[in-house]
Amino acid sequence: MGFAMQSGTFHTTYASDVSLRPYWPQRIRIALVLALALIFPWFADRYWLNLANTIAIFAIGAIGLNILVGYTGLISIGHGGFLAVGAYTAGLMAVHLGTPMWITIPVASFFTAAVGAFFGLPSLRLKGLYLAIATLASQEIIIWLLTHGKLLGIGESLSLPRASNNLFGLPMEWLGNNDFAFYWVCLVALILTVIFVSNLFRTRVGRAFVAIRDQDIAAQVIGVDLFRYKLLAFATSSFFAGLAGALTAHYRGVISWERFTIDTSILFLAMIIIGGLGSVSGSIYGAAFMTLLPALLSNLARSLSDVVPNINAYLPYMQQGAFGLAIVLFLIFEPEGIVKMWRNIKDYFRLWPFSY
Amino acid sequence: MDRFIQLALSGIANGAILALVALGFVLIYKSSDVINFAQGELLLIGAYLTYAMVEQFGLWWPAGVVLAVALAAVVGVLIEQLVLRPLIGEPAISVIMVTIGLSSLLRAIVGAIWGVTPRPAPQFLPTDTVTILGANVGVDRIWAFVLAITLFAILTLFFRFSREGIAMRAVADDQQAALSMGISVKKVWAIAWAIAAITAAVGGILLMSIFGGVSGTIGRVGLLVFPVVILGGLDSIPGAIIGGLIIGLLQSFAGGYLPPEWGMGEVVPFIILLLILLVRPYGLFGQRIIERV
Repeated sequence: MGFAMQSGTFHTTYASDVSLRPYWPQRIRIALVLALALIFPWFADRYWLNLANTIAIFAIGAIGLNILVGYTGLISIGHGGFLAVGAYTAGLMAVHLGTPMWITIPVASFFTAAVGAFFGLPSLRLKGLYLAIATLASQEIIIWLLTHGKLLGIGESLSLPRASNNLFGLPMEWLGNNDFAFYWVCLVALILTVIFVSNLFRTRVGRAFVAIRDQDIAAQVIGVDLFRYKLLAFATSSFFAGLAGALTAHYRGVISWERFTIDTSILFLAMIIIGGLGSVSGSIYGAAFMTLLPALLSNLARSLSDVVPNINAYLPYMQQGAFGLAIVLFLIFEPEGIVKMWRNIKDYFRLWPFSY
Repeated sequence: MDRFIQLALSGIANGAILALVALGFVLIYKSSDVINFAQGELLLIGAYLTYAMVEQFGLWWPAGVVLAVALAAVVGVLIEQLVLRPLIGEPAISVIMVTIGLSSLLRAIVGAIWGVTPRPAPQFLPTDTVTILGANVGVDRIWAFVLAITLFAILTLFFRFSREGIAMRAVADDQQAALSMGISVKKVWAIAWAIAAITAAVGGILLMSIFGGVSGTIGRVGLLVFPVVILGGLDSIPGAIIGGLIIGLLQSFAGGYLPPEWGMGEVVPFIILLLILLVRPYGLFGQRIIERV
């Protein structure tokens, strides 16, 4: 095998033609990543477990947003609002009904899907910039409902009862500390999301999404029902936003609306832009990048605090500035994101030594 | 009735500031099809630069204001040259995201220089009030209104009679045709960003006076620009002015007459935004050529 990884596509059976990862190098890479994911929590401390869980939750939300923005071509600046819907649905059920998380999380996801489809209604008449502005309005309206939610019986923040963190009757403490236990929940949720979404774009529905993105009028001409599929795209995308929100609610134990403002929507957009639009693995890279960048900066600030006094006072600005700079630089120099950089590296080795 | 007049006057004054900000936004959109999410940060920069010139460097205030506005214009041109020019021809999402990234970067820079604690407004800004029709109105609000109208008049004249203004209208109308007539589109874009930054800086100074200080909250006003421009029509300059006044009045009345715990003042603009988008997406005065499905 060596460096001669793969020089073309050649299928001899239907099974290999339809498999997601048809080549041995790909399978070995997947196996390595999975093995790493299984070994990691046994050696990591709670700080790293927390980062890993954050990445997994963000990745689920980012994959959801990528379905809408990257695959269907509908720009949404309201993803944070949908995360809030998921988090508060799960939170309210846990607080008022004492429902365990293995029920609240799916219910919250489906409810968010319905809310997402509702706020997707403007997409039937609008596209491009106008739709983006409409989703901005839905974000502001959802947050307003939460902050002035006494009408709906919602307080400004919610504390979830610890007892709600149980899986099929088994309390989560049984698995270990909160970070360690949730690592497995988040990992399973992420793997299921990745498998579902990767396969989604090999089905009739997924192909219809991509057709809408590439040319909506042509899609309509060949029989794609725009009304149905655009709402479906909003619903699917919001389902994963709801899943990410509900996981956040149970993992953190406390939720408040500040976690889901327009800044969150922008954070998720940044993840998929930096990771790669229209790519599942790109969403994960983007989520990891956006989680690790501020963590890296704060570690840097801590180690430099002896040399540079006051650096901790500037840390929030460094993080915010790095966030903005990363978006700008990626868009100018590598608009296709990390996934393209990774592909370039792979291509280099694939074609080596004749890289032309 | 007193309450009505009071609310109406403060609504008009706030609306005038919104109109100023929206004006810059519409100019950029008209000439280069860029939705500028960093408009609020341009406000912030204008306000802080004025604060720095007048309070920190102790300049005579008219000189300080002129210098601050000029610097803001330079920032606007730099943004266009360094950030937006490389993205010509990229899809809408890229252009939206780059201005969002920019807004985050600008906010970080402003925060790193001036910190988060609100700074008091410079002394030269008026703080007294006058009584009009039995309602107390701050002099600063009257200034806001007068300045907005003046700037609007100047810009109208600029677009009608000056060479650059006519070139800008030509580019807004048809880029290809403008290019083939020998108009420098790059120059037009630079002017559009400079004017946007100037109007935003003036808006920022007025907001600094109305809020009684400079802090990050000034940047939040940037989001309100969207209801204004959608209501008025994304590509219409009179639309920006009238849209600004309508949104300002609605905010003022909704906040003043409905129970305060509902906080309707914050959300009403966005409800209007959604309704307008559903019913009449090109707004009151916009061209009816928006992308439709």
